[in-house]
Amino acid sequence: MVVLSGGRFTVCVHQLHSSPGFTDSCYDGLYPGHIQTTPIQKALLAVGSGVAALQNPYRHDMVAVLGETTGHLALINLRDRMKNDPEGYTILTERPRIRLSTLDLSRMASLPDGSFGREYLRFLEDNHVTPDSRADVKFVDNEELAYVMQRYREVHDLLHTLLGMPTNMLGEVAVKWFEAAQTGLPMCALGAVLGPLRLNSSRLQSLFTSLGPWALQNGRRSRCILSIFYERRWEQNLEDLRQELNIEPPPVILSAANKRST
Amino acid sequence: MAASMRLLVRRVLRLSHRNINVAAAGGSGRSGCCSGSSSCRCFSDATGDRSTHFGFETVPETEKAKRVYKVFENVAQKYDVMNDAMSLGIHRVWKDMLLHAMHPQPGVRLLDVAGGTGDIAFRFLEYVQSQQERQKRRAARSTQTPSWQDISTNYSTEDKDGPQESKAVVCDINKEMLKVGKQKADSMGVSAGLSWVVGDAEELPFDDDQFDIYTIAFGIRNVTHIDQALQEALRVLKPGGRFMCLEFSKVTNPVLARLYDTYSFQMIPVLGEVIAGDWKSYQYLVESIRKFPDQEEFKGMIEDAGFYCVHYHNLTGGVVALHSGFKL
Repeated sequence: MVVLSGGRFTVCVHQLHSSPGFTDSCYDGLYPGHIQTTPIQKALLAVGSGVAALQNPYRHDMVAVLGETTGHLALINLRDRMKNDPEGYTILTERPRIRLSTLDLSRMASLPDGSFGREYLRFLEDNHVTPDSRADVKFVDNEELAYVMQRYREVHDLLHTLLGMPTNMLGEVAVKWFEAAQTGLPMCALGAVLGPLRLNSSRLQSLFTSLGPWALQNGRRSRCILSIFYERRWEQNLEDLRQELNIEPPPVILSAANKRST
Repeated sequence: MAASMRLLVRRVLRLSHRNINVAAAGGSGRSGCCSGSSSCRCFSDATGDRSTHFGFETVPETEKAKRVYKVFENVAQKYDVMNDAMSLGIHRVWKDMLLHAMHPQPGVRLLDVAGGTGDIAFRFLEYVQSQQERQKRRAARSTQTPSWQDISTNYSTEDKDGPQESKAVVCDINKEMLKVGKQKADSMGVSAGLSWVVGDAEELPFDDDQFDIYTIAFGIRNVTHIDQALQEALRVLKPGGRFMCLEFSKVTNPVLARLYDTYSFQMIPVLGEVIAGDWKSYQYLVESIRKFPDQEEFKGMIEDAGFYCVHYHNLTGGVVALHSGFKL
């Protein structure tokens, strides 16, 4: 049922027991959470979110907004790469989402060590993260590109597992370098450039001598990481998966023990 | 005499108009949209729920209060920061001007409705305190060479500062906003003469004839039934009491209006997203400003509620209007 109100186009999905208020399943725009913005607003958002993210890097919502407002061309490129890959094409049509509700954690825990699913679970536990903490896409004005952006965000944790990087500052910077080389998203490039500023000298050295070049090289030569249907590969051996994606194992083993320290 | 007759006639006309509208709505089982937005069609329940505007959206009346509550719940923590950012600090000038127009004297009781974070109440207490100090200084100056007799009587009258103490009551429907206000009061060390009450402007939890001054700053446009809020204001004011309302209004100058609109719609939601992480609440804010009646219409509404000597002043070219009326 479509309601025209005050000149705005609102889509409403009525459940069987519809309530008088049109709130929960209603959304304006092209997808749930979409906010229409003019080019001026996008520009202002890009600048504002950039400043806010620099001032307070823990504002993940600002990093997300920066990515959305600056990533249009890169998203188109990524979407086209996915379309040209058979597995990527399947993902674009089926639109899987990685959330705690869609993951069968008990089954994944029972998988053998060294399998992708088991290692991913181990990563989540060691670093105390959850796949549900990703912000929804708001400012991308194309429904398919919005999904590509969302997929990129949700794949980020899986990338940590694939690359063997923990969520401390050094690990995050290494992943950002990989992502910048892979996706070309300006937000990744910005993070890659500014992230090292917060590292101490020994870690900087490690980054520039071994981790950095490894991340960049592998980012360039690896298969498109968004084109992998991870949800169907939990049983696959992690090393096999790495070989398939053309990713070398990390040159340095970083532990998750020193989380939150630079 | 003529003014009161005019008021009476207007009130009768308004009441009859309202009856006709209600009859029509009841008869068809479907309600029309109010505020004359002709481009909207809305379907409501068969019970004939009236609908109203929530920004540019149309919602059932019962919905509006809930949604407004949610908006202010979300923005409460960043409310003051956002006010400074959006108005570039000018909102402080507007509120100071309200206080200057009010010119409260010591001993006056203020009710600040939709007072949330307490800006008006704090300014009121400060103003009254400075007035009190002024009076003391004047009194001291007038007794230049007191005799010992005079000095001893002065010491005994100083205790009588009690009844002179002014009280400010901050009333808001939203607990989060009151919480923020209380925190501010605690950090400023202000507590004497200040109360925080949860209440609905359409149904105030106070007796009749209680307050000398009723203020509502940037809150009345969020009320679902503005006329009810105005009637409640009349009820709780003492005879001779003053109603004062600061609210966003229509900008008359066309050039300024264009600039203001562009700024409002392009900049403010962006600021909301960047500073408070909430685009939609600030989109609602700028839209609700457009839906609020203009200066003259609002003046008419205040007169209809029963206030006399209703005047308004435009501030910043009409961006904000200060309306004032008296209960006689």
